[in-house]
Amino acid sequence: MVITKEDVLKVIDKIVEVIRENKEYLTELDSAIGDADHGINMDRGFEAVKQKLATIPENSDIGTILKTVGMTLVSTVGGASGPLYGTAFMRAGQAVQGKTELTEEDVVKIFEAALQGIKDRGKAQAGDKTMIDSIEPAYKALKESLENNIALPEALKRAVNAAKEGMEYTKNISARKGRASYLGERSIGHIDPGATSSYLMIKALADVINLL
Amino acid sequence: MKKLINNPESVVKEMIEGLLAAHPNYLRKLENINVIVRKDAPVEGKVGLVSGGGSGHEPAHAGYVGYGMLDAACPGEVFTSPTPDQMYEAIKAVNSGKGVLLIIKNYTGDVMNFEMAREMAQAEGIEVDQVIVNDDVAVENSTWTQGRRGIAGTVFVHKIAGAKAQEGASLKEVKRVAEKVIANVRSMGMALTPCTVPAAGKPSFTLQEDEMEIGIGIHGEPGTHREKIKHVDEIVEHLMDKIINDLPYKSGDEVAVMINGMGGTPLMELYIANRKVAEILKEKDIKVYKTYVGEFMTSLEMSGFSITLLKLDEELKALLDAKADTPAFKQL
Repeated sequence: MVITKEDVLKVIDKIVEVIRENKEYLTELDSAIGDADHGINMDRGFEAVKQKLATIPENSDIGTILKTVGMTLVSTVGGASGPLYGTAFMRAGQAVQGKTELTEEDVVKIFEAALQGIKDRGKAQAGDKTMIDSIEPAYKALKESLENNIALPEALKRAVNAAKEGMEYTKNISARKGRASYLGERSIGHIDPGATSSYLMIKALADVINLL
Repeated sequence: MKKLINNPESVVKEMIEGLLAAHPNYLRKLENINVIVRKDAPVEGKVGLVSGGGSGHEPAHAGYVGYGMLDAACPGEVFTSPTPDQMYEAIKAVNSGKGVLLIIKNYTGDVMNFEMAREMAQAEGIEVDQVIVNDDVAVENSTWTQGRRGIAGTVFVHKIAGAKAQEGASLKEVKRVAEKVIANVRSMGMALTPCTVPAAGKPSFTLQEDEMEIGIGIHGEPGTHREKIKHVDEIVEHLMDKIINDLPYKSGDEVAVMINGMGGTPLMELYIANRKVAEILKEKDIKVYKTYVGEFMTSLEMSGFSITLLKLDEELKALLDAKADTPAFKQL
């Protein structure tokens, strides 16, 4: 399967839309264990992404598009999510630098680079109650499915399911990173807002690819 | 939500416009970006001091930009760390060639954004170093967490590092005194009511009429625990007990005291709290060198306060007494 530049732009549009739809939900999750601004900040950032992408040259490759998304998020989201998601998209862009089409392997590379970027920037690991708890299982499920010759749309569905499980798992653990960590045990019982926004983005990607 | 605003989306922009209109002799804003700098920045022969954080903590940090304190402040959205491009522009604007010190409150977002800005500035050959303030004793330190939060004690770092920089000291020296303050400053706060981020429209947590939150942070984030409200003397005893035993502050020590209102606390109540703080310090034979009572690091309209103690030596006393002239902090 080949994913074109237009498909990538469709995925980003879908992410913008999904974040907008879940703005209040993400903020509500954040008010339980953080500072009640995750949805607001993410929505501001992706709205800026939408506007920025409308201005980039027609012939930009996928790497450039993803890097532009990353840099826009870094300069508009703020908080912890800005540098984390910003680094994730910038690293993803570097991983597919110069490409105008993506193969299955490229999608894996994008996940791998994004996950590593978030780990490097946030110095967190799986089980810390962060976005990594959604992204890492999704990455593993995607990689394993593709290695077993499962087609990309189905592999992405499995990645979404893994991300969902990871997101739901964050409800049972206490936070070790970010502002939620100050609550210690009191953060148990609440889903992590970052893990949720990561899940929503992975789901947006899978939904678009499944419709192709 | 009842607030004196026009539009939740434009509170930071409009606040900055009002701030600049009020203090044209102290401050200017960089073009096209939310960075407030000393009117005369960059100051020749002086290390530049840059701080920043989410908005909603006024007068922190822009109110401390001026002679003897900060050279630049980067206000983020309400309770949201500013972005690396703001900090990067701030660093460039205040660098006179002697280097720049970043004063960062210990929050995941702030630390990461400043880290990205530092990398960007260092890539351009600007000498940049940083200190991270973590004075809040409410949150126990642990290798598994981000560590302690930075709260009102940060203002003492601004004052003392600012005085050292104003003397013309090197980046290394300015950093040394900033770290000395961080090593000797401890704070803890509490709240009677939550606060509402304008864009969120509702309080970030709820407290019953007879409840209070102990160990509250400055972002409306819940504290360490919640209990029935008590008399202020008992509340002060609890906070002071945590603070004093943490460093610990001992008999014979000399300290600066800061009683900081969170935004919705009458000055009368802050003085009542200080009465007990002074009494406890006297009992423990800890000498009060100087006391600051007022709003230094607020949390929107939250009702509550924090206590900060800074243990002083001769060097810190001299730097605390040095001249400062900023919109929100004046030392003659």
